[in-house]
Amino acid sequence: MNRTLAKILVAAATVALLYGLDMVVGRLEDDPSLHAGYAVRILMLALINVIVAVSLNLVNGFTGQFSLGQAAFFGIGAYAGAALTVYAQKQLFGHILGSSETIGWWQSSAVLVLAMLVGGLAASLAGFVVGLPSLKLRGDYLAIVTLGFNQIVVVVSHNLKEMGGAAGFTGIYPSSGFVGIPALSSFFWVALVAVSVIVLSINLRRSVHGLAFESIREDEVAAEAMGVPTTRYKVTAFVLAAFLAGVGGVLYVHYNQSVTPLDIDFNASVNFVIMVVLGGLGSVTGSAIGAILLTVLPEALRMEPTYRLVIYSITLIVLMLVRPQGIFGRDELGKTWLLKQVHGAKTLPARTTAWALALVGRLVRRRVSS
Amino acid sequence: MHQPLEHFLQQVVFGIQQGSIYALIALGYTMVYGVLRLINFAHGDVYMVGAYISVLSVRAIYAHHLSGPSWIVFAAILLAAMVGCGFLGMLIERLAYRPLRKAPRLAALITAIGVSLLLENAGNLPSVFGSAPQSSPQVLPGAHAGYTLGGVFFDRNYFVMFVATMLLLAVLWYVVTQTRLGRAMRAVSQDADAASLMGIDGNKIISFTFFVGSALAGAAGCLFVTLTPNTIIPYSGILPGVNAFVAAVLGGIGNIPGAAIGGFLIGLAESLVVAYGPLVHISAGYSDAVAFGILIVILLFKPTGLFGRGVTEKV
Repeated sequence: MNRTLAKILVAAATVALLYGLDMVVGRLEDDPSLHAGYAVRILMLALINVIVAVSLNLVNGFTGQFSLGQAAFFGIGAYAGAALTVYAQKQLFGHILGSSETIGWWQSSAVLVLAMLVGGLAASLAGFVVGLPSLKLRGDYLAIVTLGFNQIVVVVSHNLKEMGGAAGFTGIYPSSGFVGIPALSSFFWVALVAVSVIVLSINLRRSVHGLAFESIREDEVAAEAMGVPTTRYKVTAFVLAAFLAGVGGVLYVHYNQSVTPLDIDFNASVNFVIMVVLGGLGSVTGSAIGAILLTVLPEALRMEPTYRLVIYSITLIVLMLVRPQGIFGRDELGKTWLLKQVHGAKTLPARTTAWALALVGRLVRRRVSS
Repeated sequence: MHQPLEHFLQQVVFGIQQGSIYALIALGYTMVYGVLRLINFAHGDVYMVGAYISVLSVRAIYAHHLSGPSWIVFAAILLAAMVGCGFLGMLIERLAYRPLRKAPRLAALITAIGVSLLLENAGNLPSVFGSAPQSSPQVLPGAHAGYTLGGVFFDRNYFVMFVATMLLLAVLWYVVTQTRLGRAMRAVSQDADAASLMGIDGNKIISFTFFVGSALAGAAGCLFVTLTPNTIIPYSGILPGVNAFVAAVLGGIGNIPGAAIGGFLIGLAESLVVAYGPLVHISAGYSDAVAFGILIVILLFKPTGLFGRGVTEKV
């Protein structure tokens, strides 16, 4: 079969699958007897974190720059997107939405896509403004400037009365009543963006541009000598990552229906960095799995409320001591990685599990490509 | 309302007081960075532990009627906080950083963040420090002693804090520049491999560096909690830690005098923005961002900080 056609079919099948899953998730959420609301919430937050972690991996993993302010771009996207759907709600929907009003699929999707564009562009503009001058700086100095930028964004959000200030933003109260942030982010859109960001990153990694990013990570001086325009690539990585994080922020704010300065502060940035490093710096699938793990782990520990955060921090330290290169290192989850595990596996159970996984992976691939 | 000049001087005093704390913490960041090229994220939390050690030991001394407020008690708890934090720092290095010496640099950074979270959250447990804000009872004798200078009344405690900071800085300067240990430290920081060829035990020097840096953070915690009426919680180390880190970078990370000067600069800038910012429509709420604003502007012109050496890249 024609390769391009196969790709289009796979893409269409993925969209259809996600749409089907969307209905399942919606059913789960609507039926209170199933008690699935909490699990769905974790799922949504995990997917949003996947988007941001994979975006951060472009800068920290591929390009080898150390950005410590991804939450700032996430926050700019969230605040910009929310400002659009709240302040222009009348223009976008024709009227002010009621608290439990259902919006048509096409309309809500169109508005969400518009908000994602606005939030993403606002974040990437900020990424450009911060990135251009600060990429002159090396290593830890860049980390500090991004951290500092993050802190400034947090302080501004604290003091911006129009966007809720320290209490966070949920909507505005004009004389006519409450105008809230509409719940536009469905599972379909969040999952679609997450999958797209992963596919985009993996394809990027295999492209000439991806190699240029990685050459900067390996040796900037050598890359420059080989004719790679390093500054341009670094700024590109920064702006692209900021855009995607901003989109993640828009999805977050239209799911959570509120955003507070606490969601976007230094701790949030550190969390995104942990996701990437834990999953494997430079590995797209690793970052995604790191994001899921770090979203689920603190929730799973809720059964032990007193020692929850203590266990969490000890787990983090031990995981890092045991696997300093992260779960996947720089490899992607896939056939090569599984084969590596098969050959590297020392004990029989480990070898069998790895073989089984490799076999399943190979079968799935056959189906798709034939 | 104060006279303009008095008001200004008062703000400068506040700034120097806060700057002393930042300077002491910043020294630990800069020393550790010098020998390991590691941002020790747990450092701000060591400061917090130092403050708790001080509060708890003052309470214990008073509870057993061993003594009332006195200079000796002050000196004793300062020493306790320094030694306690010094050993805590050595322990952290041994358990969380040393196994990752050869690993990618970001891995050690994540364990540093893990240690920081551990200290905060373990401290927050009811069985450890608890989440309720704590403040220290009066430690120095004479509640409202002070000095009048140029018509401005200065609280004696601020003065004590400044003098104590200066003494500690002098001792540090002596150790780093005049002793064999200090010379070994500088050698490791310059080139760890060459230093080990010269017979310097790198691990020992790194341990010592962590001890000294953490002891200074402990001293900062002790001075802050015993000499000001402020309260502490287990998360109190985060903001001073971040600001002190900014101070260290501002002075050129790895540069010891730079860190001290950076600390005082950040403290002064913060206090002046709180006092005079509203006059130019900068709300006092922005004071937390001031440190970073200054830093970003300075780094754009001097990419290695005020006193940092430029590193030439060799191919």
